[in-house]
Amino acid sequence: MKHLLSTGDLSRTEAVRILDTAGQMAATQSREIKKLPTLRGRTVVNLFFEDSTRTRISFETAAKRLSADVINFSAKGSSVSKGESLKDTALTLQAMGADAVVIRHHASGAPHTLAASGWTSGAVVNAGDGTHQHPTQALLDAYTLRRHLTGPGDASGRDLAGLRVAIVGDVLHSRVARSNVQLLHTLGAEVTLVAPPTLLPVGVQSWPAEVSYHLDEVVGSKPDAIMMLRVQRERMSSAGGGFFPSPLEYTRGYGLDARRLAALPEHAIVLHPGPMNRGLEISADAADSPRAVIVEQVANGVAVRMAVLYLLLAGEQRHDSDETKVDQ
Amino acid sequence: MSRQYLLRQVAPYGESPVDVLLADGEIAAIGTGLERGDDVVEIDGRGLVLLPGLVDLHTHLREPGREDAETISSGTRAAAMGGFTAVHAMANTTPTQDTAGVVEQVWRLGREAGWVDVHPVGAVTVGLEGERLAELGAMAESQARVRVFSDDGKCVHDPVVMRRALEYVKAFDGVVAQHAQEPRLTEGAQMHEGVVSAELGLAGWPAVAEEAIIARDVLLAEHVGSRLHVCHLSTAGSVEIIRWAKSRGIDVTAEVTPHHLMLTDELARGYDPTFKVNPPLRTMRDVEAVREGLADGTIDIVATDHAPHTREDKDCEWAAAAFGMTGLETALSVVQETMVDTGRLTWRDVARVLSEAPARIGRVDGHGRAIAVGEPANLVLVDPAARRVVNPADQATKSVNSPFRGRELSGCVVSTFLRGRATVLDGASCDWSPLAEGVVRP
Ligand SMILES: [Zn+2]
Repeated sequence: MKHLLSTGDLSRTEAVRILDTAGQMAATQSREIKKLPTLRGRTVVNLFFEDSTRTRISFETAAKRLSADVINFSAKGSSVSKGESLKDTALTLQAMGADAVVIRHHASGAPHTLAASGWTSGAVVNAGDGTHQHPTQALLDAYTLRRHLTGPGDASGRDLAGLRVAIVGDVLHSRVARSNVQLLHTLGAEVTLVAPPTLLPVGVQSWPAEVSYHLDEVVGSKPDAIMMLRVQRERMSSAGGGFFPSPLEYTRGYGLDARRLAALPEHAIVLHPGPMNRGLEISADAADSPRAVIVEQVANGVAVRMAVLYLLLAGEQRHDSDETKVDQ
Repeated sequence: MSRQYLLRQVAPYGESPVDVLLADGEIAAIGTGLERGDDVVEIDGRGLVLLPGLVDLHTHLREPGREDAETISSGTRAAAMGGFTAVHAMANTTPTQDTAGVVEQVWRLGREAGWVDVHPVGAVTVGLEGERLAELGAMAESQARVRVFSDDGKCVHDPVVMRRALEYVKAFDGVVAQHAQEPRLTEGAQMHEGVVSAELGLAGWPAVAEEAIIARDVLLAEHVGSRLHVCHLSTAGSVEIIRWAKSRGIDVTAEVTPHHLMLTDELARGYDPTFKVNPPLRTMRDVEAVREGLADGTIDIVATDHAPHTREDKDCEWAAAAFGMTGLETALSVVQETMVDTGRLTWRDVARVLSEAPARIGRVDGHGRAIAVGEPANLVLVDPAARRVVNPADQATKSVNSPFRGRELSGCVVSTFLRGRATVLDGASCDWSPLAEGVVRP
């Protein structure tokens, strides 16, 4: 693995290896001294062309806990309408000796462009590109699902075979949905996408997922997990595309409320990539219920991102060894 | 007195080999065993196909305004290298070609460059804004004699403006060439809407946005009794609508680009903006439909939509990149590979779709004529047996955004003649002096 651009690039073995490594990383995080010396002397650049404090902080925390030097570069607000600035910025970072570039960009494919361009020799980690992919989010979701739903004991080596996951909401604009559909499929889970037809892309029929327009039916089919996607209120207005008539109608059809929560099986968990629109796609009852693992997702995000940075930057030197041990 | 050329044993339209003598700007003689006079340059034409000089109805020369991407001189030299003797220069320049003054400037620069005849296209509406008709009559009556009007790059989407334009140009036998793109359905669109766009997370450009405008326009053309030309048709549905319109007797013509004859939306997967073009590359099913449409005559012509862009406009993420690809120097090869080598068109058909029909649609005198004694010597010699790998850096166009980079293509242009003067000989362009040739007075 040279870069992490899309979950579609991961084999089952690679994906499980990342989850297993994340498990080892998480174990170190319950200790008093959380910092590992693994990436001492390496430089990780957070290159954010789009605001996302949560994701940036998560990557920053992950890199720092591995003792990497972190440079945060926010290109938001500078003139990024023309792509030249992606190139110039990348060349600047290359000159600074970036070992890994964590890139968040409003344009789908920008991390691919960066990885393929030769503008940087560092590993490129996609931290969310347009409406395309957000692979570390899908990995942390998979990690969370595996922890809760694959039975007791050490989850190492396990995939998600047989788990049934519903992904609900604005699939059309969601990089989280795209990443999850591919990764969950690779890991053996069965995915059902639930959305009004306007929020599903033309071409979705080619995805390895079922599609439903009816959340109540899907809830009634007893899924093991339900993942609620953020729905931007602007999508309702005609300027925003007029994808649904009103927030109220959306909530009625596709929101996770107390009634639907109660209809889920006992063991089912509720995920949300955040930030939530309480009252739109998820009610306060659902968001704050013990079933919701939303806060845990955030913690798992750090472990998964540590694993990704570790495997990209330190994994190279030790790929001969069978097991991945964390330097301590 | 200009140089004479004796083309030995060339095959007009790929048919029986003959000798062809070019003198005084015309085809002076056709026969076998023609005598070679003094000072005649003899060209061994064995194995070569002779076609009327190609005519492009859709070229972006970028001058005035974007001389960093292409100039009239570099673009027309590229045209000559591609076998063209006439091109239509699209109106989306800066300033826009929406007045007699600007179209005359483009026409004059074309004459001074001397590689091909440049026929400026006039904008349909002022500044391509789609609101007020530009002074179509003044452009038609100018020295540039504009007959083709287009807001290409943008669609004349207002049905009333389109209707008025279709009616108005009848007075001077003009034609409106429509870039068919329903604007609301394609806001922010980046690539063909389908399986690939769904996966890549790029905003879709649905086929229906093209087809809906074409359907509307053929009905408008029928209603007001005007002729209509549809630019760069790209979908299977568009082919069906044109087929239907023609069966009704509607006076419509349609073009397809070389890239839509060969390439598909699968190429977007690497997010390389070289493959970003408008209308977008479609699916294999659409490629098959436009090939069939071209073969059965539903589609009248191949036009390049040569759209040079600077490196800065392509060396970036997909969404920020400009739409368009170069095409003048690969068009004939792509048509050969997709249509001739596959047995769907003969070389006589190629002469029709790349020369005769575009000249007729554009009302261009002296081009797209028969290969016959007394006709203007606007000709191209093609080596159909050649194979070549496309290297954009070696091309005459100033820009390198060729989607065929690194591909091996069939055939190459050996020589091009504009009124008997070689603009390309042995695959190399021939520098010349407009002063010495008497085209421009000192
Ligand atoms: Zn166009």
